[in-house]
Amino acid sequence: MRALVLAEHDNSLLKPATLSAVTAALALGGSATVLVAGSGCAKAAEAAGRIAGIDKVLVADHPGLKDALAEPLAALLSSLAPDFDALLAPATSTGKSVMPRLAAMLDVQPVSDIVAVAGPDTFVRPIYAGNALATVKSRDAKRVLTVRATAFAPAGEGEGAAVEALDFAPPPCPVTFVSRTGHAADRPELTSAKVVVAGGRGIGSEAAFAMVGKLADLLGGAVGATRAAVDAGYIPNDSQIGQTGKIVAPDLYFAMGISGAIQHLAGMKDSRIIVAINKDPEAPIFQIADYGLVADVFEAMPKLIDALKT
Amino acid sequence: MKVLVAVKRVVDYNVKIRVAADHGGVETAGLKMSMNPFDEIALEQAVRWKEAGAADEVVAASIGPQASQDTLRTALAVGADRAILVRTDGPVEPLAVAKILKALAERENPDVIFLGKQAIDDDSNQAGQMLAALLGWGQGTFVSAADVEGRTVRVVREVDGGLETLSLPLPCVLTADLRLNEPRYASLPNIMKAKRKPLDVTDPAALGVDVAPRLLVIRVEEPPVRKAGIVVPSVEVLVDKLKNEAKVL
Repeated sequence: MRALVLAEHDNSLLKPATLSAVTAALALGGSATVLVAGSGCAKAAEAAGRIAGIDKVLVADHPGLKDALAEPLAALLSSLAPDFDALLAPATSTGKSVMPRLAAMLDVQPVSDIVAVAGPDTFVRPIYAGNALATVKSRDAKRVLTVRATAFAPAGEGEGAAVEALDFAPPPCPVTFVSRTGHAADRPELTSAKVVVAGGRGIGSEAAFAMVGKLADLLGGAVGATRAAVDAGYIPNDSQIGQTGKIVAPDLYFAMGISGAIQHLAGMKDSRIIVAINKDPEAPIFQIADYGLVADVFEAMPKLIDALKT
Repeated sequence: MKVLVAVKRVVDYNVKIRVAADHGGVETAGLKMSMNPFDEIALEQAVRWKEAGAADEVVAASIGPQASQDTLRTALAVGADRAILVRTDGPVEPLAVAKILKALAERENPDVIFLGKQAIDDDSNQAGQMLAALLGWGQGTFVSAADVEGRTVRVVREVDGGLETLSLPLPCVLTADLRLNEPRYASLPNIMKAKRKPLDVTDPAALGVDVAPRLLVIRVEEPPVRKAGIVVPSVEVLVDKLKNEAKVL
């Protein structure tokens, strides 16, 4: 069993989700190779070389791979596929875009968002917003998988694997990259933060969301939100946690003014400790919270901030 | 411009499902079924294009049992011009869905194929990307804005780090994210009119597609239940518990 893991990176830093995907790849029972595809990505490749347990790093460095578009990445992976039995990527927006495209090129039915490896061809994945877990066995010649990062511990640091440059030029891509707008990077990344402070519609305004941010900053955490809060324009889209947003599982999760729709719970219910503050004692969030406080968030949050400052 | 929209009949998003007693799947009998919410958004965009003069025909397609006709009638009531049901009674995996849609695309020659980014039943998030690969077209996934400018579509995508803008030549495959639009409800007169719009029925065999599943479902289980914790009376007690009991502060 030989597995290839598509690394998630920004050309210099490796995203932690890559480390979880390597753990999943090694759980298949064979070797794991990491593929770093980008433009001017030597630093990311070097970082990938320090992942424990991998046999080597393949690097495809080409201007056509700069923006992580699905078309050239799938073409690259498909050119490497003959040497591998399994191809994996973290279930990030890039992984989710690339891996199904690759799978169709290989005539493989991929398995999305795996949360456990039960055997070299058998995987567990959530369905129906995590209200059921399906164990499925792949009967294709190869496995194409995306990995839910929160379900696998990150691989550690190793001795240093060999880094091998690939001679790859992507075929002409029909799609043109125009621009990317990022959001404040002064906080830890939502999906790998140890603490997440999330707000719902109950926060009521963009201005009030600043208080959620203040609490997050005090704890060195990230800010998350429900779909309702994002739709209302209180906070940018990339903070959305849930079935169709990001999946998080921090040590400590604060649900502020969040009622607890199943679509939101799907994205955070594997957090270690969940704290919920909501004025409605009947809010479903209290059924899964370790610590619930029935209170107005606007009264409780400033008190909490004061208490944590001391 | 012609737009083909794929719509799936799924268990309504407000219904909490139960795992079947034999652990072979999920109980769906008797549950309220609806159009997959992301497909509603894709359809709405296509209909808005038509209303704005950017599209001249919107065709809705669904793959599923006879009852998927209801989903297609809803699509016609919302504004699709005609509908195609690819009738099949067993489960159809995303790869087979992509192959069926490819066969329809070869017959219909659409300029844009619009799908929801994922179906809320199996949460695979695959069909659009696979279809784009099979057709050799560009793909725009997780789209929150889409503007047609001549023979290109400019899309804004919701990605992990924020928003990304791409320009795609036609033909292309797009998948809709939540914030693309707010789908309308069909009006009663339009529901009545939809009954007279054409709805063709075909099946995978007629399109030359083998839908035999590639994945074997071994077992479906309830996820571990999280135990409800305690209700604390005050912020002071909460902080004390987090520090001294949970030890997370």
